Amino acid sequence: METKSPLPKKFGQYGGQFVPEVLMPALEELEKAYISAQQDQAFQSKLYDLLDTYVGRPTPLTFAQRLSTHCGGAKIYLKREDLAHSGAHKINNALGQALLAKRMGKSRIIAETGAGQHGVATATACALLGLKCVVYMGTVDMDRQAPNVARMRLLGTEVRAVDGGSQTLKDAINEAIRDWVTNVDDTYYLLGSALGPHPYPTMVRDFQSIIGQETRGQIIDAENMLPDVIIACVGGGSNAIGIFHEFINEKNVSLIGVEAGGLDISGGKHAARFADTSIGRPGVLHGCYTYVLQDEDGQIALTHSVSAGLDYAAIGPEHTYLREQKRATYTHASDAEALHAFQLLCELEGIIPALESSHAIAEAIKLAPNMSPETTIVVNLSGRGDKDLDTVLDEIDLKK
Amino acid sequence: MTIPKEEVTKAFNNKHTAFMPYFTLGYPDYQTSLDIIQSCAEAGADLMELGMPFSDPLADGPTIQNSTQVALKNGVDIEQCLQAVGDLRNRGITIPLMLMGYYNPILNYGEQRFVEKAEASGANGFIIPDLPPEEGASFECHCINNKLALSYLLAPTSTEERIKLVAEKASGFVYLVSLTGVTGARIDLPNYLQDFVGLVRRHVTDPLAIGFGISTPDQAQAVGKLVEGVIVGSKLINIAGDSTNPAEACGQFVADMVSALKQDS
Repeated sequence: METKSPLPKKFGQYGGQFVPEVLMPALEELEKAYISAQQDQAFQSKLYDLLDTYVGRPTPLTFAQRLSTHCGGAKIYLKREDLAHSGAHKINNALGQALLAKRMGKSRIIAETGAGQHGVATATACALLGLKCVVYMGTVDMDRQAPNVARMRLLGTEVRAVDGGSQTLKDAINEAIRDWVTNVDDTYYLLGSALGPHPYPTMVRDFQSIIGQETRGQIIDAENMLPDVIIACVGGGSNAIGIFHEFINEKNVSLIGVEAGGLDISGGKHAARFADTSIGRPGVLHGCYTYVLQDEDGQIALTHSVSAGLDYAAIGPEHTYLREQKRATYTHASDAEALHAFQLLCELEGIIPALESSHAIAEAIKLAPNMSPETTIVVNLSGRGDKDLDTVLDEIDLKK
Repeated sequence: MTIPKEEVTKAFNNKHTAFMPYFTLGYPDYQTSLDIIQSCAEAGADLMELGMPFSDPLADGPTIQNSTQVALKNGVDIEQCLQAVGDLRNRGITIPLMLMGYYNPILNYGEQRFVEKAEASGANGFIIPDLPPEEGASFECHCINNKLALSYLLAPTSTEERIKLVAEKASGFVYLVSLTGVTGARIDLPNYLQDFVGLVRRHVTDPLAIGFGISTPDQAQAVGKLVEGVIVGSKLINIAGDSTNPAEACGQFVADMVSALKQDS
């Protein structure tokens, strides 16, 4: 007899709980605690108070006038998650889950990080709430996102280097899960994206949905109508699902997710789960059934992206579902296109975007010229790019 | 639903607690891994768990992680793991053989195709650490159709409700994880094992085997008093990795462990 779950465990056929037995009771406990917190007015007030007075929400919606003129077509708006405290949308989820952990009586927080934004957000939330924090990070990512490693350490977090596998996000998650399996009694696993076993994809989406909720009011204030297109980059997919969710029932709003096209799709040097049908197909990674990049033997493929936050072999299960339902479409931007978009936003708008978010901007630059001037695009500018300067300066020539 | 798996339960028919080693197929290379498994069987192992490598073994500690990485570098894929079972049968090994591995390569290969081929090669059942009973319905069906065992796992964190679920769904034996953690040798075993086993026994009638953390004859003897089977993996892989004659060294270790378990019966 299967125990009845209070929240749906799957999005269509995607999602689920493919984890070692040790963690199954922990996931049940987490789901119950999350449902109870959702219904607890005091918990919700505390979270919204922090989002207001600490994170600085609502984040603005900025009309990118010069970028729009440059593209010649649709008006491009930027949802400024880069202005959230700690520099990215990740703080919305980190604070929500850290409060939940505290409510559950857990004294130790663990997290994985790729770009370091989720690690920094978690370290921030733990410093604020007085929780002990350990973040796992691949050594390749520690190299390319060194400023974030320093920030986490300043915030009192222990950063543990992960040297296994591809030394990126996937391997950091492996190590975080191993830690959780070992210390499940007192440890809360603060997963940073809308992936992993149920209830994480649902819970992370809920904590990030505030992005879309704010966007709705802001774009109506500015344009007196809903946007025609919403674009977000998709690694695991938390910023994308966060802005999409509010608009899923608005059939006239196109939702576009942008994966990391890396160097090229045909050579396999990318993290585009949907674009490369030779290695992208449904499978199980880190506890959920979704699209996964894998070789013909079902071994998880190594990924490549200039942006650490998109450099991951699986995509959140709700995105796979939205794609199957034809409610959202998914495309990709290459490293070069992302770097070009990065530079353009710096020069035209005075905003240094994260390399992750630059993938979404790249798609807006492709689309806008083919749309009429009455139409609008909202790009979720999920994070700021200070962390990426080393990578960017290696790739582009500033001497002009 | 318990389907008595005569072949797997055969391992528990002896007077002594069964010794059930795990070894990674393809470590340190394909032929040597078969030599080691043969040597373990000849030294008195009652059942062998054959590890199928996966790129992201999230329930495993460093020893088994490393062995599976080596196996993957040696090009060992699921096809070769299935072939290994046949090769071992051709070498005259008659003890029960269980294939143990993570779910994605099996899903990718095709559950039905995998189970049917495993049956044809002479395997007796499966252990899939990241496939809890909630997600195992279709794989279970293929096992039942092919009369193969599917051993689910229970952990010290498992609730009574989950123990009942596993009691209903598992076949062959139930794999008790001795501690919250990944695989790997430990110096001390937890002292709550007796209570844990007692709770499981209230609901599970299948034989019980304990694994994770066990590495010495003394530990095996202590655990063997509680259950019908003792599982050792990482220690055997360490021995294989450290020895110039891994098959002989592993065989010797198995003989010592079996002898310790026999003394106690």
